[in-house]
Amino acid sequence: MLRLVLRNLLARKVRLVMSGLSVILGVAFLSGVLVFSNGLSTTFDGIIHGSTPDGVVRTVNSDSFDAGYSGQSDRALSPADLDRLRQLPEVARADGDVAGIGMSLLASDGTLIGGTGAPTLAFNHTDSPNMDGERTLVLKSGAWPERPGEVVLDEAAAEAGDYGLGDDVKLLAPFGTVERTAKLVGTAEFNGGGTAGATLLIFTTQEAQQLFLGGKDAYNQISLTAADGVTQRQLADAAAAVLPDGFEAVTGDEVAAESQDAVGAFLGIINTFLLVFAIIAVIVGGFIIVNTFTILVAQRTRELALLRALGAGRGQVTRSVLVEALALALVATTVGIGLGLLLARGLAAMLRSIGLDIASAALDLTTRAIVVSYVVGIGVTLAAAYLPARRGARVAPVAAMRADAVPERGSLRRRSLVGAVLLTVGAAFAAAGLLGAPGSDAAWIGVGAVIWILTVAAISPVIGKPVLALCRSVFGALFGTTGRLAGENALRDPRRTGATASALMIGLALVSTIGVLAASLNASVDDVVDEQFTADLLVQNSNFLPFSTEIGDRVAEVPGVDVVSRQQWTAARVASGPHPDKTVTVAGSDAEYARIYHPDVVSGRATPAGAQAVLFRSLARDLDLEVGDRLDLSFQGGTTLDLEVAGIVESSETTSEVTVPLDQLAAAGVLRQDSTLSILIDPAADPEKVRDAVDATAASAPIVGVYDKEGFADQIRGQVNQLLYLIYGLLALAIVIAVIGIVNTLGLSVIERTREIGLLRALGMSRAKLRRMVTLESVAIAVLGAVLGMALGLLIGVLLQRSLSDNLTSLGLPLGQLGAFLVVAIVVGVLAAVLPAIRASRLDVLEAIASE
Amino acid sequence: MRDGVMLCQGGDMTTAVAARAIDLYKIYGSGDSEVRALDGVTLDIGAGEFTAIMGPSGSGKSTLMHCLAALDTPTSGDVQIGETRLSRLRDKALTTLRREQVGFVFQAFNLVPTLSARENILLPLSLAGSKPDQAWFDTVVDSVGLRDRLGHRPSQMSGGQQQRVACARALVSKPSIVFADEPTGNLDSTSSAEVLAFLRRSVDEFGQTIVMVTHDAVAASYCDRVVFLADGRVVDEIRDPDRDQILAHMTALQTAAAAPREERTA
Repeated sequence: MLRLVLRNLLARKVRLVMSGLSVILGVAFLSGVLVFSNGLSTTFDGIIHGSTPDGVVRTVNSDSFDAGYSGQSDRALSPADLDRLRQLPEVARADGDVAGIGMSLLASDGTLIGGTGAPTLAFNHTDSPNMDGERTLVLKSGAWPERPGEVVLDEAAAEAGDYGLGDDVKLLAPFGTVERTAKLVGTAEFNGGGTAGATLLIFTTQEAQQLFLGGKDAYNQISLTAADGVTQRQLADAAAAVLPDGFEAVTGDEVAAESQDAVGAFLGIINTFLLVFAIIAVIVGGFIIVNTFTILVAQRTRELALLRALGAGRGQVTRSVLVEALALALVATTVGIGLGLLLARGLAAMLRSIGLDIASAALDLTTRAIVVSYVVGIGVTLAAAYLPARRGARVAPVAAMRADAVPERGSLRRRSLVGAVLLTVGAAFAAAGLLGAPGSDAAWIGVGAVIWILTVAAISPVIGKPVLALCRSVFGALFGTTGRLAGENALRDPRRTGATASALMIGLALVSTIGVLAASLNASVDDVVDEQFTADLLVQNSNFLPFSTEIGDRVAEVPGVDVVSRQQWTAARVASGPHPDKTVTVAGSDAEYARIYHPDVVSGRATPAGAQAVLFRSLARDLDLEVGDRLDLSFQGGTTLDLEVAGIVESSETTSEVTVPLDQLAAAGVLRQDSTLSILIDPAADPEKVRDAVDATAASAPIVGVYDKEGFADQIRGQVNQLLYLIYGLLALAIVIAVIGIVNTLGLSVIERTREIGLLRALGMSRAKLRRMVTLESVAIAVLGAVLGMALGLLIGVLLQRSLSDNLTSLGLPLGQLGAFLVVAIVVGVLAAVLPAIRASRLDVLEAIASE
Repeated sequence: MRDGVMLCQGGDMTTAVAARAIDLYKIYGSGDSEVRALDGVTLDIGAGEFTAIMGPSGSGKSTLMHCLAALDTPTSGDVQIGETRLSRLRDKALTTLRREQVGFVFQAFNLVPTLSARENILLPLSLAGSKPDQAWFDTVVDSVGLRDRLGHRPSQMSGGQQQRVACARALVSKPSIVFADEPTGNLDSTSSAEVLAFLRRSVDEFGQTIVMVTHDAVAASYCDRVVFLADGRVVDEIRDPDRDQILAHMTALQTAAAAPREERTA
C-alpha cells in the first residue's frame, strides 16, 4: 500500500507542487513570524540584560508611566545623596545618571532622524557596569565624551545623519534653547549588541545636567553596583534606607523584568498581529488542500474502486489517501520552515537597513518554531484531506467497471440546511453583540463573523449559484459561445467552484471588513475634527512627545497670531477612591484654552481653576465622581495633587480625560514642556501669511508639525491608512494562496476535461478561444469569491461600526476600494488562468479525443 | 500502391472527389521499434458517397481517418479536402477548416455535457460566429427525430439520442465531409440502426459525403463503398456491399494477417 501511495505521489508531481505550495506559503509565514519574534525578543532581552546594573535608584512611580509623552519629573538626587550611597558597605560603586526624553537628532541636512519609531535615548556617560560586571555600553569608534559640547552617537544614527567624527551634530533639546550642536567624538552601542533601532545620544554628565536638569548638579537616577557577596536584594534594601522622599531603590532583576514586560507586551502585540495573519494564511491553504484532494480522489475513482474490488478495506483506502497527504505535508512543511527562516532573515536585513538591527545570531529556528510549524502544517493538511479521503473510501467496487464513474456525493440540501442553521447562529451572536450582551460587543460580532465566514465557505456552492449564473449571462453576452461555455463550466461543479472561491472569499471578507472600519474611522475623524477642532492651527509632535516651551514663545511672537494656548500632557495614578492605581492621562491647559475650545459641559464648569480638575464623563463614571468630589492624583516622583472636581464634560480630542490648570503640573513636579500649541489667527490678518510664518518658525524644529483642520485630519487619516495598507499587505498573502488554489483547480479541471477540450478543438474551437474559455472560468471563480467576500465583509464591517459607534461615530463605505477589489479579483482570475489556459490550448486534439 | 489508386478510381471515374489521401505515411518510433500505422495510403473519397473504412485492429483505419479529418498530421504525404492541401496549413487555418468543412461523429463522449441538445447541435456554428440556417436546422432536427429533445442535456438522453444529436451537429454546418469514428460502437442494435439509417438518408437526400470507420459489417453494409485496410495499406475495396460480402472479405483479411504471423512465430 505504501509503495502505491508513493507511486501516486510521484505520478502527480505537478499537482503535488501546486497543492504543496499553499501549505509551504502558510507555514513559511508562520515559522517566519516565530523566528522573527524570537529574534526580536532575544535582541531586546540582550540589550535589557546588558544595560541593567545590580540596582537602580529612581523616582517612585516611574515604572508605571509611559516615559514618552508624560514628560519628566523635576525630582533629582543631589551629589550628597550619591555620596551617602557610595558610603554604604553593600555598595561597591554608585554612578549618577542623567537621562532625558524628548531630545532629537537632526541629520546634517536638517531632517529629523528616527522620531517616528524607536525612541531617542539621551543620557550621560558613566562607565558603570551591568549586573554581569561588564560595561553597559561598548565604544565602537572614537572616544567617550570628556568635555561639554561633545557627543557620542550610535553607528546607525551617525551614518543616517551623514556625520563623521569631529563633525558638529545638530540637536533639538526638550528644554530651553531648542537648537543645539555638539561635536561627534565617537560611536557606541549597547553591550547586548546593537541598539534595536533606538537612537543614542551620549553626553558628559555636566552637559546632560545642562540639557535636562537646568544645569543643576544633580542626577535623576543612580546605578548601583553591589559589593562582593552582597545580593541585589540586600543592595536595594540598604540603599532604600538612605534615600530622600520620592525615590526608591529596586534590584536590577526587577528593572530588567519590568523592561522585559514592557517590551514583551509590545512585542506580544506585534507577534499576535502577525500570527493572526499567518493562521489566516494556513486556513486558506487548508481550503485548497480540501479542494485538491477532492478533485484528486474524484479523478482516481476508478483506481480506488479497483483497489476496493481487489479487496482493500475502506479504512485502507482512506489511509492511503491520508498517507499521501501526510507525505505532502511533511515535504511542504519542511520547505515552508526553511522558507520562513529565510523570510525572517530577509525581513531582519530590511529592518537593519532602516536602523532596527536585530542580532542575526538570534534569528534561528527554535525547537518551538519547528514543532509549532510541523504540528500546524501537518495538522491542517491531514484535517483538510480527511473528508475527501473518506469520500474516496465510499466508492463502490463496481465503479471500477463503469466508464463514467464519479464518487457518490450527498445532496447539497443537507449542507444548505446545516448552513442556514449556522448562519442563524452567527446572526444570533451578532445580534447579541448589537443588543449589548455582557462582554465586548465587538467580540460577540467577531464570533458571529467567524461562524458566518466558515459557513459561507461551506455553502458557497448553493449561495454562489446566482453570482455564477450572472457571470454566465454576462460572459455569454460579451464573448458568445466561448463565454457561455466558460460560465457553464464554472457552474458545472458548484462544490469545486465554491470551495476554490472560498479561499479568496476569506481574504476579501477580511479586507472589506477592515476597509469599512478604516473608512468609518476616517469619516469619524472628519466629524470630530469638524466639530471640536476650533483652533486655526495646531502645533504638535506626531508621537505626542513634549517639546521645549521656546517653540511656543517663538510662535506667539509671529505677527498675526492672536491667541496661543499651551497644553502639556502627562500621566498620573489615581491615589484615592475605589480605583487606586488606575493610570490616567492628564492635560494641563493654560487660561487661553477656554478662548479656543468649548467642550460640551455635562455638569459644573469646563475650565478648572487652581486645584481643580475637569473630567471626561466616561472617567467620572468609572471613578464614580461628581462635581465637588475630591480626586487625588499621584505623579512621577511621588508628588500627589489633591484636586476638586470642577466639572464633567463630554469626551473631546482637544484635551484629556483629566484637565487641570497648566500650573498644577508644575506643582506636581513635572518639568515644564509643551505638548500642544493651539493657535487662533487674528481675524484682521491674512491667514495664509500667518500660516506660512508659523510654518517657517516651526521648520527649524522638525520634531513638531503645524496642522490646520485639514492637515490634522489628514495626519490622523495617514496613520489609519498606514495601518490599513499594512493589513492589506499581510492579507495579500492569503490572496496569493487563494490564487494558487484557483490555478490548481483549473489545472485539475483541464486534465479532467481533456476529452471535452479535444472535442471542442475538433469541432473548430481555436486555441485563443479555448484559452479565453479557461480564463473566463477562472474570472468567474474569482468574481464569486470577491462578491461573497465583499458582501460578508461589508455586513461585518457595518455591524462592527454599529457596535463601536461610541468611537466610530459615522459609517464610511469604501465604495471606491470595493470597486478596486473587484477589479483586482478579475485580474487575479486572469493571472491564475494563464498556466492552465496555456496547458489546455496545447493539448493535442487527437490524444485528447483518444484519452480515456 | 499504384494498385490502390487503380482500385479506387476504377469504381466510378465520374464521381467528384471530396477528400484525397496522397501517399500518406504515419510512422511512430524508429529503428527496431518503428511502427508504420500508415504505409503509403493513397485514396480518393467520392463526393456524395457513404464510404466505410474497415480493417482489423491495428490496420491504421483510425489513423487514416484522423489524418483525413485534419486531426492528425501524417509523417509524409498530403491530404486534400475539397481544393485545400492540409500540409500547407497551420493550426489556425486547420481549426477554421475543421469548423467549416468537416463534421465529426465520435464513438463516445460526443457532446459537451454543459450544453443542451440544441446548443450542442449549433456549437460549430456558434464557435464560427455564423448564423444557423433555420430551415436547414429544422430539416436536420426533424430527420434525426429530436424535435422534442432540443432542450435536454446529454445526461437526460439515451446513448442513441446522444449519437443522433452528434449526427445532427455534424450536418448542421453543411460541411463538405463528415467523419464518423465507430459511431455505433457504444449503441445497441436498435439505436445503431436509427443512427445508420439517418446517415444513409443524409447521403441520399442531402448529398452529404460521409466517411465512417467501423469494424461492424452490419454498419458497413449501409455504405456505398467499403475500403479495407491492413497493416497501414489499402488492400481491397467493394462497392454496394451486403453484409455477407463484407464478412467474407474481413475473414479473408484476418486469415491473411494471421498466416504470416504464425509463420513468424513458428
